[in-house]
Amino acid sequence: MSLPIRVLLAKVGLDGHDRGVKVVARTLRDAGMDVIYTGLHRTPEEVVNAAVQEDVDILGVSLLSGAHMTICPKIMRLLKDKDAEDTIVVVGGVVPDEDVIPLRDMGVKELLLQDTTPKEIVARLEKLVQERGPR
Amino acid sequence: MPISSADLVARLKKGDLRAASRLMSRAESNDDETLSSLGAIYRAAGRAHIVGLTGVPGSGKSTLVSKLVETIRKDGRRVGVIAIDPSSPFSGGAILGDRIRMTNLVMDEGVFIRSMATRGSTGGLARSALTAVDILDTVGFDVIIIETVGVGQDEVEIAKASHSTLVVSAPGLGDDVQAIKAGILEIADIHVVSKCDRSDSNRTITDLKIMLAMGVNIAIKDRGGKPLWQVPVVGTSSETGEGIDTLIATLDRHRDVHRTTELGEERLRNIAEYRTFKTAEDLLRSQFYKSTNKRIQDVVEQIARRELDPFTASNDLLKKIAF
Repeated sequence: MSLPIRVLLAKVGLDGHDRGVKVVARTLRDAGMDVIYTGLHRTPEEVVNAAVQEDVDILGVSLLSGAHMTICPKIMRLLKDKDAEDTIVVVGGVVPDEDVIPLRDMGVKELLLQDTTPKEIVARLEKLVQERGPR
Repeated sequence: MPISSADLVARLKKGDLRAASRLMSRAESNDDETLSSLGAIYRAAGRAHIVGLTGVPGSGKSTLVSKLVETIRKDGRRVGVIAIDPSSPFSGGAILGDRIRMTNLVMDEGVFIRSMATRGSTGGLARSALTAVDILDTVGFDVIIIETVGVGQDEVEIAKASHSTLVVSAPGLGDDVQAIKAGILEIADIHVVSKCDRSDSNRTITDLKIMLAMGVNIAIKDRGGKPLWQVPVVGTSSETGEGIDTLIATLDRHRDVHRTTELGEERLRNIAEYRTFKTAEDLLRSQFYKSTNKRIQDVVEQIARRELDPFTASNDLLKKIAF
């Protein structure tokens, strides 16, 4: 019996919209994953601490506020500092096209933006964990 | 190449929290290397005070845990929390939401919170909850709180696994007949009535006290008949902070009574017995699934048509388990 994929879903900074991330949480649960949700208005430090303690496979950051280019580098740096670089970071929400490549360059493994279907989200996360292999 | 579990255990013993969180993940698999590492961790553990906390859904368990931890931290003790939520019986997935009520603790280096899903185990405990407790104990946490899934009336395993069991009741959830039923209320070492800022909380406290007084063994006594522990009812409010200090003092007193009298040894023996049975049961179950899954599929048709019965079939399957 293989273990469920563990995912931490986070809302960071001044972003009060969490309908989307809750739909994603439910979708991932229904796909058999263990989903931990941080609640609204977390700091990057809080999110990374939670990701380390929970030892999640995937850290999903939901951002609708436009602050992704400030928040994502912080998260990536903190994960490195905490010896948790093997956490797969994905970003969901609203991100302009020109920021996609810079985000990937800093280590964000996948961007699941507003038109991604639930089925596709599940498939892409499963693939990322499979590619990473056992740890 | 993943780091070996033995290396992780060495790092754990030096206090490495990253190693702790990785070992908790590995502990869920049953391979031989992990099992032997878990054995080493179990043997190294044994210092922490393990507190079980249970109660019906919505009784305020997570909020109480966050208040308790915040207050225990003031005297410098490090606190670990294992927060358990239910898995979906259909997909096997889970949404683990206890952390949302503990956000005040996330930035404290002396606090470690781990969320777990029940994943098919009944009784309110996740299968690997107790190995996670050993891991937190070994890495140096002084108090470890296990918050069970919000249980109904009969999920009492937590009492077999912890040094001190808290049962949380909230006002307005039932009358005094609920309180005299068997089950969850009987397992408490300490009763907590939460939401004591509410006006009907006195009624709940009184009901519990009457229920306790009806019992023949009001106090737990030693062999000479000297009373060692009487189950108290403590009212708390996570809103105002009322009763939290009293609850911690009561918990510490319960721990001390156990550490200094025969009650403690007896409890430790019971926990050891429970864990051994439980571990064997888990191994047996996974072995059973592994070696019989296909054969079960072969016979279910026959059982459904009532040509074969589940008793004969499972007896046969058990005999065929390959070890």
